[in-house]
Amino acid sequence: MPTLEIRDLHVAVGDKEILRGVDLTVRSGETHAIMGPNGSGKSTLAYALAGHPKYTITSGTVLLDGEDLLEMKVDERARAGLFLAMQYPVEVPGVSVSNFLRSAITAVRGEAPKLREFAKDLKAGMDALSIDPAFAQRNTNEGFSGGEKKRHEILQLELLKPKIAILDETDSGLDVDALRVVSEGINRFRGLDASGADTGSGVDTGVLLITHYTRILRYVKPDFVHVFAAGRIVEEGGPELAEKLENEGYEAYTKASA
Amino acid sequence: MGLETKPLSTLHERSSYNVADFDVPTGREEEWRFTPLSRLKGLHNGTAAASGTVDVTVDAAPEVTVETVGRDDVRIGKAYVPADRISAQAYASFEKATVITVPREAVASRPSVITLRGSGDGAAYGHIVVKVEAMAEAVVVLDHGGSAVYADNVEFVIGDGATLKVVSLQDWDDDAVHVSHHHAQLAKDATFRSFVVTLGGDVVRLSPSVSYTAPGGDADLTGLYFVDAGQHLEHRLLVEHTVPNCRSNVTYKGALQGEDAHAVWIGDVIIRAEAEGTDTYELNRNLILTDGARADSVPNLEILTGEVAGAGHASASGRLDDEQVFYLQARGIPFDEARRLVIHGFFAQLLEKIEVEEIRERVLAAVEAELAR
Ligand SMILES: Nc1ncnc2c1ncn2[C@@H]1O[C@H](COP(=O)(O)OP(=O)(O)OP(=O)(O)O)[C@@H](O)[C@H]1O
Ligand SMILES: [Mg+2]
Repeated sequence: MPTLEIRDLHVAVGDKEILRGVDLTVRSGETHAIMGPNGSGKSTLAYALAGHPKYTITSGTVLLDGEDLLEMKVDERARAGLFLAMQYPVEVPGVSVSNFLRSAITAVRGEAPKLREFAKDLKAGMDALSIDPAFAQRNTNEGFSGGEKKRHEILQLELLKPKIAILDETDSGLDVDALRVVSEGINRFRGLDASGADTGSGVDTGVLLITHYTRILRYVKPDFVHVFAAGRIVEEGGPELAEKLENEGYEAYTKASA
Repeated sequence: MGLETKPLSTLHERSSYNVADFDVPTGREEEWRFTPLSRLKGLHNGTAAASGTVDVTVDAAPEVTVETVGRDDVRIGKAYVPADRISAQAYASFEKATVITVPREAVASRPSVITLRGSGDGAAYGHIVVKVEAMAEAVVVLDHGGSAVYADNVEFVIGDGATLKVVSLQDWDDDAVHVSHHHAQLAKDATFRSFVVTLGGDVVRLSPSVSYTAPGGDADLTGLYFVDAGQHLEHRLLVEHTVPNCRSNVTYKGALQGEDAHAVWIGDVIIRAEAEGTDTYELNRNLILTDGARADSVPNLEILTGEVAGAGHASASGRLDDEQVFYLQARGIPFDEARRLVIHGFFAQLLEKIEVEEIRERVLAAVEAELAR
């Protein structure tokens, strides 16, 4: 049963401490939402977990299935089952989506997928997310609209089948239809069918969803909601906490932590 | 055939068939300041003994004629007059020239491959003329390899409405020195496509230039180089727009890795007062993969008319993009493979321009081999 355990995590960029003791455990089958004001360190948490070189872990531990995640290189973390859907996916000129995805699947599975099987999976994945098949030949994220980039992140999520997915504002900038399509993709990953019924296929997956809005939480129902402020989690609760935040804002927390 | 001085531009001042019209370069001259003269094995100052060999063999398409001719052949030196000392030295020193002719309206059914293989100590000099007559079409490959100290001039003479596509591969042995001028002269509505790939050699200094004799000419020059430790690979482009309504596009990209890997790219484009309606763009990009490598990139656009259709240039040298590598790694792709993909991507649009599949495959394989080093 995959578990991501974050203990007293402190992270700095340069000399500036941004995360100031984050504690969080995500077990398989669980969906956690993180909400919090701009600049509170949500993306920093996501990047630090993925191993982005700009973020220095100054103290704390992170275990994935009991293994020390912080000891692993970026690609090893991904192969160990961690996935980060980025707030700002990166353009990679000259590398086609198809080539990129095939390289990623090969790396994660440890063997190259059969061409026909890959083509079939890719087409099915793109259809499910209403991505134009022509995107397979486009350069990765290059010239994609904001919404297209986010769909492409979820396509990767579905094809790579990680254990723990961190989704950093995957809902931002999506129109209503795209939000539904992307949410359905996340739910398929969680093992839920379109009606929300559990298909049993998501027992081994956990989701950490970073968002500013409750609208995605209506589709992707969280088990836990965490409030992030000034580099740490300042409150935890169930789905009702999200509604409260939407109505009352973060003022109570930002004042308290300042 | 004395010294001609072109009045308007400072970029391409002099041309002459006579070595004595050029001073021995000292390295302070603008045109020589990037070149390591001490590694030219005497090509620049007349001390190189002509005791080396570069064998030239041609595997030509059946529609194309190939001749080996003496110095006095009237077709030699018609399109191009040497513009620097080494070019003049090559012109004064070659013994046999290769003349390739694509007859009027002929369409070559396959690429004609000119293989040049160097051996022995000492310098060798060469001259090649590729003449594509009116309305004809051909693909020519120049494949340079082996060990050599080689200076040569290559003239591409492209007739009315004709099309010439050239791939020039410089994949010399590690000790080779190659100083070369490639000049393309485009007649009315002629099309020229050049693809230069420079990978091997101690010093390679290649100067591709383009001139137009009538309107409608269209030249596209693409270059790809991969510079390893200690190598000096220099490309000096000159496109001279002297007639109206011609087009030129220059795109050179290089990757550098290793101590003292040095790339030089000079892109000179002159649009003379008469050349109204010119459309030109030139771009150079360098990917610096390690410390200790250096790229010098100098675009020069000189516009002497107000009536251009388009004119621009861009030049940038930078490191491998960490964010791109991170993104790929975050999807499980190991660092080396991620780096390879990004570098591949950097060259991808260029490689797509090589229309002849077998040559594209070969260049791709050569790039792969460089990446694996
Ligand atoms: N690479 C970086 N260089 C410099 N400062 C950084 C960097 N990454 C994050 N920071 C700083 O750390 C703080 C937290 O940023 P972070 O992106 O984690 O916030 P966030 O909670 O994701 O905000 P948002 O809701 O706007 O996405 C900010 O003050 C930000 O400027
Ligand atoms: Mg953020």
